Amino acid sequence: MTGSLLKEKLERGEFAVTAEIGPPKSASGEDILARAKMIKGCADAYNITDNQTATVRLSSLAGSVFIMKEGMEPILQMTCRDRNRIALQSDVLGANALGIRNILCLSGDHQCFGNQPDTKNVYDVDSTQEIMIFKRMRDEGTLWSGDRLKVAPDLYLGAVSNPFGDPREMHVMRLRNKVSAGAQFIQTQSVFDLDAFESWVSEVRRDVSLKDVKILAGMLPLRTLKAARYMAESVPGTCVPPEIVRRMAAAPDEEKEGQRIASEILDGIRDMKGVSGVHIMPVNWYSAVRPLLERAGLLTGHSLR
Amino acid sequence: MIVGEQKPPREVFDLISIYGGGNVLILGCDSCVSVSLAGGKEEVKEMISALQRICESEGMGWTFTGATVRRQCEKRFHGEVADLIAESDVVVSMGCGVGAQVLAENNRMKNVVPAVNTSNMGAQVKHGVFKEKCVGCGDCTIHLTAGICTLARCAKSLQNGPCGGSIDGKCEVDPDTECAWYQIYEALRQKGQTELMTRVMPPKDWSKSHSRGARTVKKEGNR
Ligand code: SF4
Ligand code: SF4
Repeated sequence: MTGSLLKEKLERGEFAVTAEIGPPKSASGEDILARAKMIKGCADAYNITDNQTATVRLSSLAGSVFIMKEGMEPILQMTCRDRNRIALQSDVLGANALGIRNILCLSGDHQCFGNQPDTKNVYDVDSTQEIMIFKRMRDEGTLWSGDRLKVAPDLYLGAVSNPFGDPREMHVMRLRNKVSAGAQFIQTQSVFDLDAFESWVSEVRRDVSLKDVKILAGMLPLRTLKAARYMAESVPGTCVPPEIVRRMAAAPDEEKEGQRIASEILDGIRDMKGVSGVHIMPVNWYSAVRPLLERAGLLTGHSLR
Repeated sequence: MIVGEQKPPREVFDLISIYGGGNVLILGCDSCVSVSLAGGKEEVKEMISALQRICESEGMGWTFTGATVRRQCEKRFHGEVADLIAESDVVVSMGCGVGAQVLAENNRMKNVVPAVNTSNMGAQVKHGVFKEKCVGCGDCTIHLTAGICTLARCAKSLQNGPCGGSIDGKCEVDPDTECAWYQIYEALRQKGQTELMTRVMPPKDWSKSHSRGARTVKKEGNR
């Protein structure tokens, strides 16, 4: 069985690209395949989100299996909002048996933001503990309880971090916890302010316990002024410099300006010391991904399974 | 203390109607729910006037009696109102969910209806404002988090640091609530102990929590 190609690439020290695909509210695989095809060949691996913003959609596990049919390598997102440790471990065994290697562990958006606000969340474990559990399954070949597994899963474990969280020291400590629990790669909250991001990266890299973890800088191409304003004002934990909103407001063609801004950010990320790759969240602007990567010279050399 | 909130009188009226009304005893409690302004003497009085107004407009000739007991969750205090209970057709409990249950257990043949929604174990943070502090997990670990319980006070019960969403020290889920992790960080920073936040907490043993149903606590050597 093949291991994670994303892991291989990152460990070779090559700049990696990941991109996010959000499964639709649909019982058909055709819809997610249509989205996947729009960015096929653009990235080394593709995050399949897990009921993002706590809105029910096709499951991340099914979505991952669908894109694998296209030869695309998935990063299965698994929140601990909806699963206790029984479900987490069982799902990871199933995912692994289906050929999924990359797992992104997250606490998940709170249910109050989604379309089932009356539900009860689980949070038996948090994302750090989720990583600990998966690491034990892989490295010790046992469940968290110690029960031996017939076949241990082969996993490449990721987590998320917010470089713009305030106070920074607190968020860096949280990152340290995730890495000491076993996170091997980190995808960050979207970067709009390169200077702020660079200063975070250098602080993280100064920490000996964080010197080897692979950091993929998150980015979200802004399509409209409305999106820029929304990111700046309403998305918790993002930091959008006023200059970006001003540029979008002044632009005769918002999409073009959005592409230009995204390119500048991507160039900055690509050339930044201590950054291992980029993680693109196209939201609903999948057609922007390919030209963006092309302009940055990052479109070639992605592995297909 | 146990924090509760009064049900709207209209809802209480409807609950009493299920059992046909008649002689209605409104029984409050002088302990927690009195402090949390949900079921003490004052609230009993207010509830009675509100119910009387509804009865008038609905043409119901029910009669109301009000009383409170020292602690509704303890049977030994029910003696004071035994006669009132005996004379009533419906007993409306304005105690917490524990008080109401003990009342029902000791008066099996009576119809007990709740007039208080029991919310949480919390404390008064300013006049008339109560915040949850503990979810009774059965294994307290707040010595590691500056005396702040994240199981109760973080909207995701995170045990190893904050989520990415807190804004200006407030929780992303409710701008009127402090982010528990932000508070912990601040408290530890003032004591020069922020390193405590990098102690990784393994998955919690929830077997001591509510997840196994009603828990029993036995005190050895006590009767
Ligand atoms: S750790 Fe458990 S016992 Fe302690 S305050 Fe929190 S919920 Fe209550
Ligand atoms: S903002 Fe703070 S309190 Fe709210 S869910 Fe996140 S970590 Fe918990």
